[in-house]
Amino acid sequence: MQIDAAVQRGLVLAVAEAIIAHANELTALDQAIGDGDHGINMKRGFEAVLADLDAIVAKPLPQALQAVGMALVMKVGGASGPLFGTLFLTLGKSLPERPTRADAEQALAAAIDAVKARGKSDVGAKTMLDALAPVLDAARAAGADWRARLPEVADAAVAATAPMKALRGRASFLGERSIGHVDPGARSVAVMVRAVCTA
Amino acid sequence: MSDAGPIVGIVIVSHSPDVAKGAADMVRQMVGEEVPLAWCGGAPGGGLGTDVAEILAAIGRAWSEAGVAILVDIGGAETNSEMAIELLPEERRGRVVVCDAPVVEGAVIAAVEACGGAPLAEVQVVAESLTA
Repeated sequence: MQIDAAVQRGLVLAVAEAIIAHANELTALDQAIGDGDHGINMKRGFEAVLADLDAIVAKPLPQALQAVGMALVMKVGGASGPLFGTLFLTLGKSLPERPTRADAEQALAAAIDAVKARGKSDVGAKTMLDALAPVLDAARAAGADWRARLPEVADAAVAATAPMKALRGRASFLGERSIGHVDPGARSVAVMVRAVCTA
Repeated sequence: MSDAGPIVGIVIVSHSPDVAKGAADMVRQMVGEEVPLAWCGGAPGGGLGTDVAEILAAIGRAWSEAGVAILVDIGGAETNSEMAIELLPEERRGRVVVCDAPVVEGAVIAAVEACGGAPLAEVQVVAESLTA
């Protein structure tokens, strides 16, 4: 996988613009089961990424991803900051400058573990992990069709969070009443996955 | 009591600056100026939320060689505080804890304990004893 400066710029831009474009939808999802700020917070984080885009994409891939992660940590303002920040920070720490597909899968696995530790959570608790883990499984199983396959898997994984009962985060305060709504964090993951796969 | 050595610092982190400041006012009324105390609240750029940079700054203001106990309200306040601890210089990282306790009651009882010269671990245990 050759990731040159132009591709890197395109990827970061695509993810940031996709999250910003979906901010209202993410906030609406969070109003149903959380505190209604997920989209606003994620948008603020990725606006900080865009504000620093030239400097970020001038870095080698590992450092660029870590810079994205640190921008999210510092600017999001909610739990999503450290959680999505840790995702990008760990991807950056785990990937070589010119990753193979196997490197990317290993880095995503490491990032998922780091998010589990940061959020003291696991798959099945109605969180972003419920989108990340199926995407990793699909990435390992997919062939050359991964660009088409992964967004489908991510969207299905988001839908599958609806019947789950939230065990972590603000939505866990709602208990049974969280059932029937999809998780905003999982939806953010799906938005990012589609952005990366179609960039 | 202050002759016994450094007193554990207290940091209050809330989504709301009003809640954080109010809790800090209550702590001050209980223990006066003896306990190093700092608070922060609000998202980067305003609104309800918590800000890792502000948490780091508050830890700095309340810094004590005896360590710092952070009291948080909910959700992101805890996660952002844990993130802030990881971003501290290594020599400070092991001396800051996030207490699993209600923010107002926890801050007051932690400060009273700290004021009495208790070490960080004891301050944390007493604050967390409030959590059923």
